[in-house]
Amino acid sequence: MMILLGMPVIQIILFGFAITTEVKNAEIAVLDLSKDEATRKIVEAIEVSEYFHVAEYVHNTKDIDNVFRKGRIGLAIVFSENFYENLLHTGKAQIQLIADATDPNTATTLTNYATAIINNYQRQIVATGPVPYQIVPEVKLMYNPQMKGAYNFVPGVLGMILMLICAMMTSVAIVREKEMGTMEVLLVSPMKPIIIILSKAVPYFAISAVNLATVLLLAVFVLKVPVMGSLFWLILVSLLFIFVSLSIGIMVSTLTSKQMIAYLISGMVFMIPVMLLSGMIYPVENMPAILQWISHIIPAKWYIAAVKDLMIKGLGVQAVLKEITILFAMAAVITAISVKKFKNRLE
Amino acid sequence: MPAVDVKGLKKNYGKVIALRGISFSAEKGEIFGIIGPDGSGKTTLFRILTTLLVADEGTAVVDGFDVVKDYKEIRKRVGYMPGRFSLYQDLTVEENLQFFASVFHTTIEENYDLVKDIYSQIEPFKTRRAGKLSGGMKQKLALSCALIHKPAILFLDEPTTGVDPVSRKELWEMLKRLKNQGITILVSTPYMDEAALCDRIALIKDGRFLSIDTPANITAQFNQKIFAVRGLEMSRLLSDIRAFPAVKTCYAFGDSHHVTVETGQNELQESVQHALYLYLLFKGHTNVEIEKINPGIEDCFMELTKADVV
Repeated sequence: MMILLGMPVIQIILFGFAITTEVKNAEIAVLDLSKDEATRKIVEAIEVSEYFHVAEYVHNTKDIDNVFRKGRIGLAIVFSENFYENLLHTGKAQIQLIADATDPNTATTLTNYATAIINNYQRQIVATGPVPYQIVPEVKLMYNPQMKGAYNFVPGVLGMILMLICAMMTSVAIVREKEMGTMEVLLVSPMKPIIIILSKAVPYFAISAVNLATVLLLAVFVLKVPVMGSLFWLILVSLLFIFVSLSIGIMVSTLTSKQMIAYLISGMVFMIPVMLLSGMIYPVENMPAILQWISHIIPAKWYIAAVKDLMIKGLGVQAVLKEITILFAMAAVITAISVKKFKNRLE
Repeated sequence: MPAVDVKGLKKNYGKVIALRGISFSAEKGEIFGIIGPDGSGKTTLFRILTTLLVADEGTAVVDGFDVVKDYKEIRKRVGYMPGRFSLYQDLTVEENLQFFASVFHTTIEENYDLVKDIYSQIEPFKTRRAGKLSGGMKQKLALSCALIHKPAILFLDEPTTGVDPVSRKELWEMLKRLKNQGITILVSTPYMDEAALCDRIALIKDGRFLSIDTPANITAQFNQKIFAVRGLEMSRLLSDIRAFPAVKTCYAFGDSHHVTVETGQNELQESVQHALYLYLLFKGHTNVEIEKINPGIEDCFMELTKADVV
């Protein structure tokens, strides 16, 4: 009943506010090698626009790599040396826009906005000056130069499939035992309840592991998405995520004794937020603060972020320590809840 | 030490009271029947005894172990067959039996002689899926699964509900044989006619035991004369009999109405019977038959529930 009444509210809010490909207040980095009047003006124009927020000023090209690795920055703007001088004397100056293209949609949007602002500035100075000045933005796409959509959706699909198989199937399988009455007979046996649950979860763990392998193989050989980073860590993080999803499934199964409800809970309460809030389809950065906050408690969000870092960006394990820690913590908390909630008896 | 010893069990589900204080004990090696209509608390009682539920009040000891404290020990020692068919429908007959044998850390071979009588009847269908069995065969399979680990006490919750009369009879014969092997059997049923097949019975209504005794003693305590009345228009007959002044109770019992009557001091049973006969003829009933019968468990149950209401 709660689900029936609550779902429309949640969906309309999600679709209405969160689900927009518009970018607002994207965090960017600026490398200003020239630091003159023109660059200052452009940076100002960028800062005052509602689209960007300059989060970092870096001082050399190497730092750009570093800020991208942190994953917070979607775009870096690099002004070449002697920017204003070049502009005045040769009538030409260069700006480099470096975008994180693991999500091609966002990357395109960001570079378009930035180019528009720069063109705007260019028109202003052309209007005041005698010479037709030209600022040439040069766009460089990090990690995914061909702008392949697959780079974005492979991690997303991984997160969704594993969540679907583990959480939904496990919960439904356990609840089916309750509904069929077999749980009643199993409980009145020397078998420990925890063994009953584990034996329900193990097959789905195996299936998920096979799925993981299939998706990775397809990604590499059919979609040509390379595994840039360590395969070992990618698999380890995935197994951790499978574990989190399994424990979610078990937790759901302790909440209800009807298969229908188990479907609804894992489908509506877990799947839809995973699709919408995990950053798989729509960038989380643009969502209202409250939704961003909610997205933090979605395991898939952390998993997808970690897979992007490990697989697409090819970063080392130290880049995803935060994600790993959070997934670990989630696994611990959810397992603790389900063990506590699981009953040795019928009620 | 009794096999099952229950003292003052009470259980509520929210506002619904399922058990209002039940005490009884079942001896080792007897068939103890718990007889009562649907919703009288039979299943709740069984679930408490099989450690699936915890009573609000009272204690229960099964095979020497407390149902709350030592529930793990009890789970090793009892066989439980729930009222609803609770096996894996998509496993075959044989797979189900194998599965439950392994759940109880045993094998089919080890205790085959115990289930042989029952299992041999369904063995021809052992590759059939359990969900495709008939009602009687399902119960036989369920009984085999509940027996496969050689339990000391067997709890059967309505084993004959939804089972054809022939299979019902067979099931009861099996219970007799199991009893002879020393297994204590607690069985519940809504069918009063099955009561006579138990060693001792408890009549249960609205979460309360009305009487605990052997079936013979319970019917012997019935101190009224009772008639069976038949006629063509049974429902009109019922209301007309109830309107007759000397009639105390009249209940519809399958193919006849069972009637108890009030007799005056010098009045003979036969004269009341005759008066009732004339009265019914006068009311326009045809083919009326009245015969004196021996009271059954159901008559006692009705009488006891009536006393309960007063």
